Amino acid sequence: MSDIADRVKKIVVEHLGVEEDKVAENASFIDDLGADSLDTVELVMAFEEEFGIEIPDDAAETIQTFGDAVKFITEAS
Amino acid sequence: MFDLTGKAALITGASGGIGGAIARALHAQGATVGLSGTRVEPLQALADELGERAHVLPCNLGDAEALAELPKQAVAAMGSLDILVNNAGITRDNLMMRMKEDEWNDVLGVNLTVPMQLSKAALRGMMKARWGRIINITSVVGRTGNPGQGNYTAAKAGLVALSKSLAQEVASRGLTVNCVAPGFIQTAMTEKLNDDQKDRILGVIPTGRMGSPEEIASAVVYLASEEAAYVNGATLHVNGGMDMV
Repeated sequence: MSDIADRVKKIVVEHLGVEEDKVAENASFIDDLGADSLDTVELVMAFEEEFGIEIPDDAAETIQTFGDAVKFITEAS
Repeated sequence: MFDLTGKAALITGASGGIGGAIARALHAQGATVGLSGTRVEPLQALADELGERAHVLPCNLGDAEALAELPKQAVAAMGSLDILVNNAGITRDNLMMRMKEDEWNDVLGVNLTVPMQLSKAALRGMMKARWGRIINITSVVGRTGNPGQGNYTAAKAGLVALSKSLAQEVASRGLTVNCVAPGFIQTAMTEKLNDDQKDRILGVIPTGRMGSPEEIASAVVYLASEEAAYVNGATLHVNGGMDMV
């Protein structure tokens, strides 16, 4: 697994308090990992900080799963 | 009680009567204050009076770029933004039948859209800190209505509803969003009223006088404090009993 994926996973695990093995490629933050809509906003904020990137609101709305996040951040950084 | 040491507060409209009193009161409780307004001179005078922990942050809230910079400037000057007091407000009174579109838009813009934008910008830091206070200054007429103030009353009522929605969104993160609704307060805004208008107003205020800016500031201090952590989405009416809610 890439370095980016590891770092994203760490943030998700810490923020949502879920087991690491639950954070699968297609795991939806809201449907599978118990996030509410505000959690997803906070996750995006945490990604922005960790990777020093800016994730615009319209892009943030497309980040629904762990895989989406890794893909977006990989492309952005 | 109500100790605000270590908290950073941004107050819009701090060059006005109520805004200045709010800044003084928050500062007196130990907060660092960012004084925003359009007129630099009174802001600087207030900052000089307060001494340490006071920063002048001039901003024309009608200027979108300046508005976007204000929260950033506040954080740069104070280190954080823990308490946002949306106090700045304008009036452009006219009967609805005569009201021009720009009178409506200007008042809705400064009194409702600007607080939304500043709140949005301030939320990020507050969410991370798991602590924050947004205090919106509304008005008794936002509840009662007032002839000639369709724009102002609509904006103030809108601010109450916005506060309730936002409070529900962010309450779980240790943030509160509340309103203070002043009645008639002795300021430049009420100074413009003629004697007949004043007599009519005093006739419906059980306390029999206008309020002071300090009496509004006290309500803001309470809502900003740790002690008010369980008060959320509320409107604290400070009006001498003229409208008992």
